[in-house]
Amino acid sequence: MSEARERILSDIRNALGRGRLDPARDAELRAGIAAHRRNPVPARATALDEQGQVELFVAMAEEVQATVTRVGSPAAVPEAVARYLSAENLPAELVMAPDPRLDTVPWSTWPLLRIRRGRAEAKDRVSLTPCHVAIAETGTLMLVSGSQTPITLNFLPETHIVLVRADQVVATYEDGWDRLRTGEMPEDLPRAVNFITGPSRTADIEQHIELGAHGPRRLHIVLVENGQATGSGEDEEHQAPAGQS
Amino acid sequence: MLATSRNFEAAAQAGLANDNLQRALGLARTGFPLRRRLAVERLPEFEELRESGRSIKDHTLQHLDFYLELYESQVVASGGRVHWADTSAEACAAVLQICRSAGAKTVTKGKSMVAEEVGLNDFLEANGITPVETDLGEYIIQLRHEPPSHIIAPAIHLVKEQVADTFRSEHRSLDPDRLLVEPRQMCDEARAVLRPRFLAADVGITGANFLIAETGSSIIVTNEGNGDLTQTLPRIHIVMTSIEKLVPTFEDAATLLRLLARSATGQEFSSYTTISTGPRRAGDLDGPEQYHVVLLDNGRSAMLGTEFQDMLRCIRCSACINHCPVYAAIGGHAYGWVYPGPMGAVLTPSLIGIHQSGHLPNASTFCGRCESVCPVQIPLPKMMRHWREREYAMKLNPPIYRTGLSAWAWVARRPALYHALAEIASRALGWAGRGRGRFRALPTAAGWTRVRDMPAPEGRSFHSLWARRQKNRAAM
Repeated sequence: MSEARERILSDIRNALGRGRLDPARDAELRAGIAAHRRNPVPARATALDEQGQVELFVAMAEEVQATVTRVGSPAAVPEAVARYLSAENLPAELVMAPDPRLDTVPWSTWPLLRIRRGRAEAKDRVSLTPCHVAIAETGTLMLVSGSQTPITLNFLPETHIVLVRADQVVATYEDGWDRLRTGEMPEDLPRAVNFITGPSRTADIEQHIELGAHGPRRLHIVLVENGQATGSGEDEEHQAPAGQS
Repeated sequence: MLATSRNFEAAAQAGLANDNLQRALGLARTGFPLRRRLAVERLPEFEELRESGRSIKDHTLQHLDFYLELYESQVVASGGRVHWADTSAEACAAVLQICRSAGAKTVTKGKSMVAEEVGLNDFLEANGITPVETDLGEYIIQLRHEPPSHIIAPAIHLVKEQVADTFRSEHRSLDPDRLLVEPRQMCDEARAVLRPRFLAADVGITGANFLIAETGSSIIVTNEGNGDLTQTLPRIHIVMTSIEKLVPTFEDAATLLRLLARSATGQEFSSYTTISTGPRRAGDLDGPEQYHVVLLDNGRSAMLGTEFQDMLRCIRCSACINHCPVYAAIGGHAYGWVYPGPMGAVLTPSLIGIHQSGHLPNASTFCGRCESVCPVQIPLPKMMRHWREREYAMKLNPPIYRTGLSAWAWVARRPALYHALAEIASRALGWAGRGRGRFRALPTAAGWTRVRDMPAPEGRSFHSLWARRQKNRAAM
């Protein structure tokens, strides 16, 4: 296959009418990448203050059939989850990411919720995960894979519940990505980064939009308005102290 | 995939006469353009993003060798492997070799136009490996042994009754008396049938919408979540992709992603956009153990530096297809290869040769809607014209067409003669049609008058009216 490699690269250079880039140009391009310059970004979310971004996130997520429950503090999360499951006629049983930051939610206050920690298996019907950030621009959740955040949780069960702290809401995809750029790339990059915008859907039969094609039929967001307690997928020092007023 | 683009004329006629196809296309004709327009109107920066998207792609293409080498080194650094493939055969061989080395029997697939291009499914089947398409539309057409008719909605040519019939004849273990009337029931059935396939597959193959050079990542965009199950559950993930999918950084991908969903389906963002970098990390509880990228050229590098280079900016959104009056009339199968509509009319001749696909760049009214909606501003009509010129220069058109065109060109290059002949013709036609004001039949234009009347000229040509008007003005 390395023969094909040389052929393709030399065909490209011939077509562009030059040889390999000279070292100066090479260095220039590498510097261009390292600068992480942003292209034009829509003002829709960036022009808003933190509270405005939270409201936009909720509105955009609901527009794509995600459902949102807003609670005041982590202490209110177990009840909100249990009530959601019962309202949807789902069993009070879920598989949850083994992320220690989710431990700050007092799950034991709602003993009827049966919780298993780990990756999702075929039989699991409901999953619960934290997120890396939530993106106001399009109501998008950004989740990353890791030893404490297996991504089968995001796709296998029919119902996916995501905990979002108000101070995890950012304006744009670029803002979310910047918070991943903490170590060496690509070694320290998570294997998978999932941008999730509403539940799974298809329009492959007569353009008719149906939810729950292969991924979750329901995407439920529990938004914790106050408090640093529930999990995020990354370092706390990168969290702007937003939404605390 | 074997091309049947030579049969375009017959296939287009058949498409026009196919009632089911016309019903299905009727639903698409209005839906896609309306949703795109609403999404674009909601984003004041859309034109600015188009400019930006275009320059990102142009910059990458100008330095494609650099970004490819950087991309490869980053894939390797994250624990993956890159398999370069000059041709379809090399790409298929690379996939087979990976499957064999893992003793794979079944393969799940996310929708990949590159995989269609190289004919991967037939090749794997011939070599004892069962590929299972998991995108709902792709799954339906795989059961029907049909090629896709649209690059993002592969089963758009079908109505739900046809899908129900296909499921009844293929899903034999299910209750034959089950209700299968609404799309909802068919979606649920496909979900139930495919779920065990996802879990059992040894290898998952997806395409890539973009590749990021900085991080060696591949990006897929789906609504169903099938691509994510495909690339997460099996032991091995293979990305089938091509060299022009590259962008330098995540920031660049973000701009193109903002353009992609809005241009394609009119969504603000597709349900799932996933960025994959290498195999499962130490400590990860899920994800593939191996991550391979098959990187295809198949004629793309030969487009660089030519009048068709701009086509390599294409992000496969299908906006041009969704806004094309020709596609809307005949559907995608008539085009005879993987890529239909305006983008196919330019790309197909580039990849399989104009001698095989000369009809495609000719099947255009040049209305220009394709270029006006293209998120990366590809001048599609201009490039179709370039193909027509090349076709003529290579003497590939039929003799009568060439003779007619030469005769017309000879006259058109002599303005005095052209004007005189036009004057005579318009006066003669005006006189002949003076009673009714239109013709129901004309000797050399039966193709026109069979379906509509030809209006009779008013008696004077535009040129002579214009000349007289200018003269009168000067006299005033």
